[in-house]
Amino acid sequence: MAGDSKFNFAEWLRSATGVFWKDFRSELRTRYALNALVMFVVTTLSIVLFSMTEENVAVDVLAGILWVVIFFSAMSGLSRTFVNEEERGTVMTLHLLASPSAIFFGKLFVNLALVFFLNTLVVVLYLLLINGFAIQSYGIFVLTLLLGSTGLASAATIIAAIIAKANTKGTLYPVLSFPILLPLLLTVMNGTKLATGPASLSDAAVEFRILISYSVVVTAASYLLFEYVWKD
Amino acid sequence: MEWWKIGVGIWLTAVFAVALSFPIVPEPKHWYEFPVIPGLEERARIIFFHVPVAWTTVVAFLVALWNGVKYLRTMDLEADAASSNSAGLGLLFAVLATVTGSIWARFSWGSFWNWDPRETSIFVLLLIYGAYFALRSAIESEERRARLSAVYAIIAGVTAPFFVFIMPRIMTGLHPGSRGDVQGSGPVVQFHMAPNMLLVFFAALIGFTVLFAWMMEIRLRTSRLELHFMNADSEQS
Repeated sequence: MAGDSKFNFAEWLRSATGVFWKDFRSELRTRYALNALVMFVVTTLSIVLFSMTEENVAVDVLAGILWVVIFFSAMSGLSRTFVNEEERGTVMTLHLLASPSAIFFGKLFVNLALVFFLNTLVVVLYLLLINGFAIQSYGIFVLTLLLGSTGLASAATIIAAIIAKANTKGTLYPVLSFPILLPLLLTVMNGTKLATGPASLSDAAVEFRILISYSVVVTAASYLLFEYVWKD
Repeated sequence: MEWWKIGVGIWLTAVFAVALSFPIVPEPKHWYEFPVIPGLEERARIIFFHVPVAWTTVVAFLVALWNGVKYLRTMDLEADAASSNSAGLGLLFAVLATVTGSIWARFSWGSFWNWDPRETSIFVLLLIYGAYFALRSAIESEERRARLSAVYAIIAGVTAPFFVFIMPRIMTGLHPGSRGDVQGSGPVVQFHMAPNMLLVFFAALIGFTVLFAWMMEIRLRTSRLELHFMNADSEQS
């Protein structure tokens, strides 16, 4: 870890990016998570669409539903990063090859990439398909999405590391993540509601501050605690 | 029985008797009369039970958190036992706080649940406790269970302040003492409480905290015995 006297940043960065590219390449080869995620998003959005045919739904409600779709899509895909290693039995190899903090940040960046991809997909489809969901303040919307995705990925990564060691991985993931993510979800929903009306960027300053501090706090805590989760 | 256990019994009985029997009058003239709080009247008495219980919930969570950190530093299973027992008691007190608050809300606000910021906070605390025990029951190895649940408690502990301190401030609430309340127009605890009410309130606070310590001690002794007999069993076989 960082406290080590022989800490070599170049070495650390090399193994962190190594972990990231390993996961990235194996994902491109199998497209396991990507395919499942895309199908999950399409299914969820069509259920939303079917349930709202010929209904005029308030734009505040639509702003909330957007994050419901994002939350459950993220819960279906983000645990793969760590569960994969357990299932394929590659945990020991990783133990030998990289330091815990390098692995954590490598995995964090994998999840960040996945969340950004996922959220772009959801938002583009959502804006195209859902009538009545129009954004007036794009600045607020984009910043809320960026900061919200970062916070989502940081909390999802440490919870994924925890549940990879438990018995019932799939069901446990949303159960453990929800209380941790709720402050984030409430804040991004607020931000998205603001973005659907005429508001200037400074109106959402409180939301941005909460989102930034949330990401920093969760990432810092995860970094400090990851070693205890990772080492058996 | 130790003296402090008898003491807490007498103490809490006295607090309950005073909290329930002292009359609430518009213009208090004697030391035993509570002043009327407009909008609350007789319902103000809940403060002597509900608030200390909610306070104990938070204390229990902090004790669980503290022992979780202690476990990660020492890897001593007894610290984990303290952590999980404290969380169990915290869950009990959280349920009590939710139920008393909900019944009170029925008569003050007209419905059992209103998603007031304070209600949202206790709901999240209940969820965290639920998730914590779901995680514990999903791991068989003792050391691993202790380690992972400690980490989860800490992660939950660092995100919980976002609720307790930020949410009630950006949303106006119905809860007495929150920003939306005319009477207690200020931060959470700056109630304009009469001195004699304040005294009973703090007495209740102390009483419930010591009661928690007592319950904690009983549970710790039980789990110490369990650990002892488990080790004895494994040595025999």
